[in-house]
Amino acid sequence: MQGGGFKDYSVEVTDGMVVLDCIHKIQAEQAPDLACRWNCKAGKCGSCSAEINGKPALMCMTRMETLPPGEPVMVEPMQTFPIIRDLVTDVSWNYEVKKKIKPFKPRKPDNADGTWTVFQEDVERSQEFRKCIECFLCQDVCHVLRDHHKHDEFIGPRFLVFTAALEMNPLDTENRLADLKDRDGIGYCNITKCCTKVCPEHITITDNAIIPLKERVVDEFYDPLTMLFRVFRARS
Amino acid sequence: MSRSPISLPQVRGFLQTNRRDLWWLQPTATLLGLLAFIVYSTWGALQGTHYFLGGPSQIGSQHLLSPFYSPVIWDGAGLTSGHAWIGALPSWWPAWLLFSPALLILPFPGFFRFTCYYYRGAYYKAFWGDPTSCTVGEPSFRGENYRGEQKLPLILQNLHRYALYIAIIFIFILGWDAFASLWYTGSDGKDHFGISIGSLVLTTNVVLLGGYTFGCHCWRHLVGGRHDCLSCSKMRQNAYERVSWLNSRHMLFAWMSLFWVGFTDLYVRMCSMGIWTDWRLIG
Repeated sequence: MQGGGFKDYSVEVTDGMVVLDCIHKIQAEQAPDLACRWNCKAGKCGSCSAEINGKPALMCMTRMETLPPGEPVMVEPMQTFPIIRDLVTDVSWNYEVKKKIKPFKPRKPDNADGTWTVFQEDVERSQEFRKCIECFLCQDVCHVLRDHHKHDEFIGPRFLVFTAALEMNPLDTENRLADLKDRDGIGYCNITKCCTKVCPEHITITDNAIIPLKERVVDEFYDPLTMLFRVFRARS
Repeated sequence: MSRSPISLPQVRGFLQTNRRDLWWLQPTATLLGLLAFIVYSTWGALQGTHYFLGGPSQIGSQHLLSPFYSPVIWDGAGLTSGHAWIGALPSWWPAWLLFSPALLILPFPGFFRFTCYYYRGAYYKAFWGDPTSCTVGEPSFRGENYRGEQKLPLILQNLHRYALYIAIIFIFILGWDAFASLWYTGSDGKDHFGISIGSLVLTTNVVLLGGYTFGCHCWRHLVGGRHDCLSCSKMRQNAYERVSWLNSRHMLFAWMSLFWVGFTDLYVRMCSMGIWTDWRLIG
């Protein structure tokens, strides 16, 4: 969508207010048609993603006292997705990407009653990734999508984390490495770690999800010794 | 209330951003830090002299060898360090071809650092503006021509694990150098135990380089990360946890080891030139 612009509003700020409170106050007192998506106001629904003073963040988790005092606060919609209106963007591309990722495919049950036996140390890695609230701030900040518009070739950090949670699950038997290399474009990630910096759930996206996946792709497609070893092991 | 029209989504020019923090500080510090090291290490490598202390020609001094020159394959012209694996520079080496023992060594640790996941992220930002910092505009020529590490030439970064294999060998070699630095040749011609400031400098160097090398993302993958079942081997699980601890401090070790390896060369160089004295603390 083309057009749009910045508008200045003045709001009286009191102790403990977050940016979302200010937006609500503007809606209540000055601009009832100001569009903004929100839900839980507790940093758990991932709805109120925006850019505050140029940095992607949740409006409900950004306290006014953490921003430079006496200066205007710039609130923008996420830049990586099409704008619907004001602070609301169309993030439906993300849902389409998610549908393409091969789903969880568990091995046969370990026990006669149809259950599996797993150990905590084996699921800890996946559990970190399951903290994701799908706020899509990592997608917004990723320059591959934001600046280079590789939406057709790169799935973005959110879905690399999603894939890592599946790939590292000890019960899962599916192989997604070929998809990661070709369709999902994992090689486009050049490890800026911006996704890790903006994650409100503090998921170590780059070090714990993306780089381990890159290494698994190297095992499968780029490391001649590992590939040779795999051939010999298959023959024996 | 005032209004200023803009077009959304915005396409930002190079270095344009709405950020108001000191976003330029980290990439600038990275740029200056890496440039300083590249300039010093290149200069140090091209000197071809003053890379050791002790040895046959310096009785009474600890056996110190600069990490830029270790292992010494051939000594520089007219030098006898006592560390050379083969000996003096062979006569068939063309006179017109510049030689310094370090030129045979530095490409290997350089390859390791160049392909390191931490440094990649750091120098893509600092040197190539790709991007300079998060949500900061990139050079307009790159645009949708961006290739990342998906295609040549940067797809070759996937060979990082081979650089790691070589770097691990270097850790053992530098460990031996640190051990050798605990000895000096006395006037009786025999080696005696002693600990000098230089011994501590060389030992700290190999500890920091070890912390950096064994915190590598590839190493973390190889010791356990590639398996979905960590609990299937207690040894694998322990190794993975310890390497993960180092890996979470990879940036710290990357910078400390980079600084210290440069300082170690400087220390050996200054002592060899007689500007600094390598004080013996024990022995």
